[in-house]
Amino acid sequence: MMDEALKQELRKQGIVATTLQELYNWGRRNSLWPLNFGLACCAIEMIATTMARYDLARFGAEVFRPSPRQADLMIVAGTITKKMAPQVVRLYNQMPEPKYVIAMGACAISGGPFKQGYNVLKGIDRYIPVDIYIPGCPPRPEALIDGFMALQRKIEGQTITGEGRPDFMKDEPSCDFVVPEFAAHDLLPTSNQGVWEAPQLVNITTAEKPGTVKA
Amino acid sequence: MSLESLKERLEAKTGCKLEIVENPSVSAQHSLLVQAKDAVAVATLLRDDEGYNYCSNVTGVDRPAREVSEKVKVMKLVEGVETEVEETQKRMTAAYLEVVYHLFSMTKHKYMVVLRMRTLDREARVHLPSLTPVWRSAEFQEREVYDLYGVLFNGHPDLRRILMWDEFEDFPMRRDYVEPDDYEYEPTAHDAVLRKTNAHWAEAGEGEVGQ
Amino acid sequence: MSTFSAPAMELTPKPSYAADGAQLLEVSMGPQHPSTHGVFRMDVALDGETVVKLKPIFGYLHRNHEKLGEDQSYIASMPYTDRLDYFCSMTNNWAYALAVEKLAGIVVPERAEYLRVITAELTRLQNHTSLVGFLMQDMGASGTPLMYAFREREKILDLFESLSGARMMCNYMRFGGCRVDLPKGWQQQAQSVVDAYPKFLDEFEALLTSNEILMARTQGVGALSSELAIAAGITGPMLRASGVNYDLRKVDAYGIYDRFQFRVPLGDHGDVYDRCMVRLLEMRESLEILKQALRDLPEGPIQDPKTKVRNFKPKPGEAYGRIEAPKGELGFYLISDGSANPYRFRVRPPSLINLTILEDLCLGRNIADVVIILGSVDIVMGEVDR
Repeated sequence: MMDEALKQELRKQGIVATTLQELYNWGRRNSLWPLNFGLACCAIEMIATTMARYDLARFGAEVFRPSPRQADLMIVAGTITKKMAPQVVRLYNQMPEPKYVIAMGACAISGGPFKQGYNVLKGIDRYIPVDIYIPGCPPRPEALIDGFMALQRKIEGQTITGEGRPDFMKDEPSCDFVVPEFAAHDLLPTSNQGVWEAPQLVNITTAEKPGTVKA
Repeated sequence: MSLESLKERLEAKTGCKLEIVENPSVSAQHSLLVQAKDAVAVATLLRDDEGYNYCSNVTGVDRPAREVSEKVKVMKLVEGVETEVEETQKRMTAAYLEVVYHLFSMTKHKYMVVLRMRTLDREARVHLPSLTPVWRSAEFQEREVYDLYGVLFNGHPDLRRILMWDEFEDFPMRRDYVEPDDYEYEPTAHDAVLRKTNAHWAEAGEGEVGQ
Repeated sequence: MSTFSAPAMELTPKPSYAADGAQLLEVSMGPQHPSTHGVFRMDVALDGETVVKLKPIFGYLHRNHEKLGEDQSYIASMPYTDRLDYFCSMTNNWAYALAVEKLAGIVVPERAEYLRVITAELTRLQNHTSLVGFLMQDMGASGTPLMYAFREREKILDLFESLSGARMMCNYMRFGGCRVDLPKGWQQQAQSVVDAYPKFLDEFEALLTSNEILMARTQGVGALSSELAIAAGITGPMLRASGVNYDLRKVDAYGIYDRFQFRVPLGDHGDVYDRCMVRLLEMRESLEILKQALRDLPEGPIQDPKTKVRNFKPKPGEAYGRIEAPKGELGFYLISDGSANPYRFRVRPPSLINLTILEDLCLGRNIADVVIILGSVDIVMGEVDR
């Protein structure tokens, strides 16, 4: 790696020195192509984000593709019902690598206000890996833009060699994620064990509150 | 136009027996209970002769059997004398599924009629005549009642599940429906969630949490 | 659970054939499709480009509003109504509040009634504006009309935000009134939005309504007769585009709508063009109502003091309350058994019932027309599937 100070010095002289990795990540993070895919209320805020006032084009991500084959970012914007979950996973499988997922809104994160519904999936991360979580019901367009910028930082930090390289650059082919099937009472399987495991349960009343110091 | 006079006119024309179900709330939207066998004739009359050409809302209601205690006066021998004594008796109400139709007129008047039909029970005898041939607007809503409550509408043109997937077997809006156990985490202060979480963890042998 | 068997269902459909023996092309439009306005799916059979069968398939956004409504107290359902038709949270709130007020016999103070009218008509404005924008998008006018529409919508959302704290999910109304009073300067801001709106509508109409492409795409497409519209329970602008004069603001005169002077625009042909035009004209009438309401807005309380917030238990009974939402007749049917939760919580969704005749409108048309016919129905999946 080149010394950062030397790089800055060269830049002053009009010489840009960079690495392939930086160039690659710079190109990818500024031309994200989201999938044109709205599920529920959050989709309207997603549309509002692309419109005149919030103008997502400033971040190079205004071209929403109707086909998953042309997209590299899936914004899961809204409640995923159990009836819709297989389609969401299938769309994700159809997207080419490298691909990213933003879970937008409380419903996509955990089921949100509809968590108790019999037909509501309690978070899309049960089936596919999620890169960025944006809370809110629905998140404001500013929140979505912030999530975008967080994703851009994440892409910027990705290496293309070594152990930290993304899955699709490893030798073993990237797996397809299991598409759940409709069964008599629920989806089967109810979650993708490789992606998600039930969080450790904490007794919220007896657990130590964060920040409290024991005497 | 009172409901009584409408009931009398309908009874005179069809020769069937209707019943008025009182609504004790301030809205005073009383309803007409119609027998399943007379429903299509009554509905056709309501549409053609009474002007109720617009069926706005169709919905199901689940009425499982529940225990009611009522005070009954019975004659009893008290100290050798037969006297009238008030006694609390418990009995189970009949269990049935109910379908409710809210009818209006788009062109003639602005009255509302609420029409109700009841199935014989909640298990096997859940057939009711479909009113879709009379009011087309009932088509999707009757499918929904079938999907969520399990009422089978005879004569419906396309009775399939509408909201849940076809392989689904339960009727989720029934009051005894047990939803899949996927409450693994996040016990909250919300009573219902806490109850479900505790039930889940008690089953898994992990003990109760968040009491 | 039960012992009876459901009617036989065809799980593996056989290929279908046209009259001349050619095999039909079966297309599944949706649930992920750019023009289905959400997660709606249509199973379409095509003979060439002509639609010979179209079956709508619902349930991809079935979020169990009704079950949740039965599991929680009356007031706890109010924020959920926001998410039914997520373009129009104010009118959803109003319909639910109206049904509960009928059930429990609650009187709404006059200022609250005015606030309800003002917010509901602003909702109607932004709903119709965005709908026309989306319809243009469906016709291929990619981007620009929708951007114009959303630019205006943002101005109304600003008003909602300063009033209720949220852009979309306002959760503003309460049984017997409204949650908060107007903030300082809100009325002037609303007045300026209302004053500036006709200019935008003029511009919008000048660009669109006499546009040759728009007329060619929409006139005579998806015509709905008034008889079929009544039989199928179509409501809202779609019904009025077919020439049936049925607007609940006039028929029921709920709230204080009998105090305002406004006209009900009616269509002649019931085609996509008429539906679009009826909405544009309705916006002008909404502006008239808004002008009168902002002028006459009285001072006073905004909440009936006798209505309990906590431990609210209506007497046993039932009530059906309905209002003219931007998409049609939105009704709530509530059954109370005297406890804190409703025994039955039913939403009468205008979007779902307006889709009843979708197949009738699309048969014999081109596949491209299906998109704009669906667009002109004005559906929101949150309400269709609930």
